[in-house]
Amino acid sequence: MEMKERLKIPRQPMPEQEPKVRARNFDEVPLGYTPEIAKLEALRCIQCKKPACVDGCPVEVDIPGFIALVAEGDFIGAAKKIKSTNALPAVCGRVCPQEVQCEIQCVRGKKAEPVAVGRLERFVADFERAAGEVSIPKIPASTGKRIAIVGSGPAGLTVAGDLVQLGHDVTIFEALHKAGGVLVYGIPEFRLPKAIVASEVDYLKNMGVKVETSNVIGKVATVDELFEEGYDAVFLGTGAGLPTFMNIPGENLNGVYSANEYLTRSNLMKAYLFPEYDTPIVHGKNVAVVGGGNVAMDAARTAMRLGADNVYLVYRRSRQEMPARIEEIHHAEEEGIQLNLLTTPIKYIGNDKGWVTSMECLRMELGEPDDSGRRRPVPIKGSEFIWDIDTVVVAIGAGSNPLVQSTTPGLDTNKWNYIIADEETGQTSREGVFAGGDIVTGAATVILAMGAGRKAARAMHKYVMSK
Amino acid sequence: MSAKILEKEQLSENVFRLVLDAPKIAKKRKAGQFVVLRIHEEGERIPLTIADANADKGTLTIIFQTVGKSTNHLSELNVGEELLDLVGPLGKPTHVEKIGTVACIGGGVGVAPVYPITEAMKNAGNHIISIIGARDKSLIIMEDDMKAVSDEIVVTTDDGSYGFHGFVSQALEEKYLLQDKKIDLVVAIGPVPMMRAVCDVTKKYNVPTVVSLNSIMVDATGMCGACRVSVGGKTRFVCVDGPEFDGHQVDFRELIDRQRIYLKEEKECMDHYCTCKQQGKGVK
Repeated sequence: MEMKERLKIPRQPMPEQEPKVRARNFDEVPLGYTPEIAKLEALRCIQCKKPACVDGCPVEVDIPGFIALVAEGDFIGAAKKIKSTNALPAVCGRVCPQEVQCEIQCVRGKKAEPVAVGRLERFVADFERAAGEVSIPKIPASTGKRIAIVGSGPAGLTVAGDLVQLGHDVTIFEALHKAGGVLVYGIPEFRLPKAIVASEVDYLKNMGVKVETSNVIGKVATVDELFEEGYDAVFLGTGAGLPTFMNIPGENLNGVYSANEYLTRSNLMKAYLFPEYDTPIVHGKNVAVVGGGNVAMDAARTAMRLGADNVYLVYRRSRQEMPARIEEIHHAEEEGIQLNLLTTPIKYIGNDKGWVTSMECLRMELGEPDDSGRRRPVPIKGSEFIWDIDTVVVAIGAGSNPLVQSTTPGLDTNKWNYIIADEETGQTSREGVFAGGDIVTGAATVILAMGAGRKAARAMHKYVMSK
Repeated sequence: MSAKILEKEQLSENVFRLVLDAPKIAKKRKAGQFVVLRIHEEGERIPLTIADANADKGTLTIIFQTVGKSTNHLSELNVGEELLDLVGPLGKPTHVEKIGTVACIGGGVGVAPVYPITEAMKNAGNHIISIIGARDKSLIIMEDDMKAVSDEIVVTTDDGSYGFHGFVSQALEEKYLLQDKKIDLVVAIGPVPMMRAVCDVTKKYNVPTVVSLNSIMVDATGMCGACRVSVGGKTRFVCVDGPEFDGHQVDFRELIDRQRIYLKEEKECMDHYCTCKQQGKGVK
């Protein structure tokens, strides 16, 4: 096709489930590109000599390279190309904020819309998996070096994938009974099917990565004991910790959840399938979700799927300041989530059995910008009002998990008890100990954790090989 | 990791003891810590205090009471079968030191978690007064085990069918505190109303009291926050800050309410389980 023709192709939309239907099921919302749509979209890429999109990718995927293969119809080749730098394309294609990474850099976006890099990545990974042709890269001869990875979330999985491909003996220790970290306990099935996470973990296992689930490092073994057992380097990717609450009255009432608990019950424990699965969850009719990030969107959309009549998203700033991806907000609104902006809860009110029945809120207005650069919400005096709700999900972030830090002498942490690690190498204050992901940065995104894992893997390789 | 059941014993009508093959946890565990287990793929994560362990043999003992679906299912497993997952040791260990006289109080199946603490306190050189109680004689468990690690022991039953007629809290007050017998520390574990009653008594006499809380948990590793309790007006997390807390600071009322969150669902799950069994469907 001539370039002129190619420039005329519009950005291909993603087919997805109808909002009314999907708001009541847990099946994946986007249905994915067909091979025809994928090829068409791939033709929109003009194959820049100096592709800016790659600079926008924390794991430096060869974006024009894989897209060229898609345009030729070599989908398996495209999958291999991505996997040479990204072990988790099916995950990234779904949960990366492409609009602020690769796609924002796309030159096509200047005059028209950017190439749909994320949708293409997802298509390629899904095609490879469905074709049953997931190829295992050739692993070089063993270096004899042993690597322990603590936590099997996006950071840990990336480190594992990178280091096993360099010939190291890699073991992941996971505290929960399933590998995947936030990909299995946090992100809902309708956004990231758990079968996909499992197959990405299996891919790593097939390359030789050992995964030890139900092993809490800091308890069953300390970091020092891992070194005593003969590990040459340790990566800490323990992720988000205990949920943050607002410290307002009534937060411990029955029916008030942290997003971590609400999502863990539904996603990891499959409470939405109760009683076929044993773990229960409260099916609220009028649910308030407090927060404006992606986790709040996930919780709100989960509440809708659990059968709520009304789901209110309560956020103290305005739409512009919401940290959630625009696409997630859009999906949530389509599904009937009601946004209540510039509003903050100040108190939860319960009945004599300890169940939440209503909440008192304040209206806010935006003042001067704060440290984050966003305009600070200021309460409007006398704007208190009471709202009848039966379930609350507090999604305002998480602190750090204390188990590893408190049992690893000499491991420096900051005032929030996050691990201090070098931005470029993940090196901590302890020799041979590297860290990355939410346990270093605080709550961030899957791809940033993967980017940190990528950098740490490079530094860990250098470290163990020079020992 | 999975764990094989090596021994099984029924201690009373609805209390069971399982010895599990769990060498890594057995080596590491300390008094006061707990494990989380899962029986099968659809199962919930069940937190249970470690009742005993043998590091040389690599075994771990758990004692539990059948209350809902999961514990009933657990009680139906036999020697040789495997638990799908076992994780631990979790929670902070008991702070053990020689302080003088320690009263170790266990109510009902709460005697099981109190036993390893009693043993540790005894080994640290304390004078041990044990008070164990239950509704009636048939529900008293581990009397001989407790005797072996105690200097004095009182057994109580609510109905008077054995030992002291009354609650453990009453025995503590009438037999010791009212008589001006010096107790330096009380450790009380059992149903929440029992722990609250003990704390009400010890507060009166100003005796420091440690309780071990069994709040509802999901991950139990410091991530979900399901287990939060108010202690001294502050929210604390039982799985990583506990399970032991200063009993005089715990908001027991809130804890009782929070333990009842899923009463309806627990019944529904149990009914579903019974129906499946009656219909001869594969029990999950």
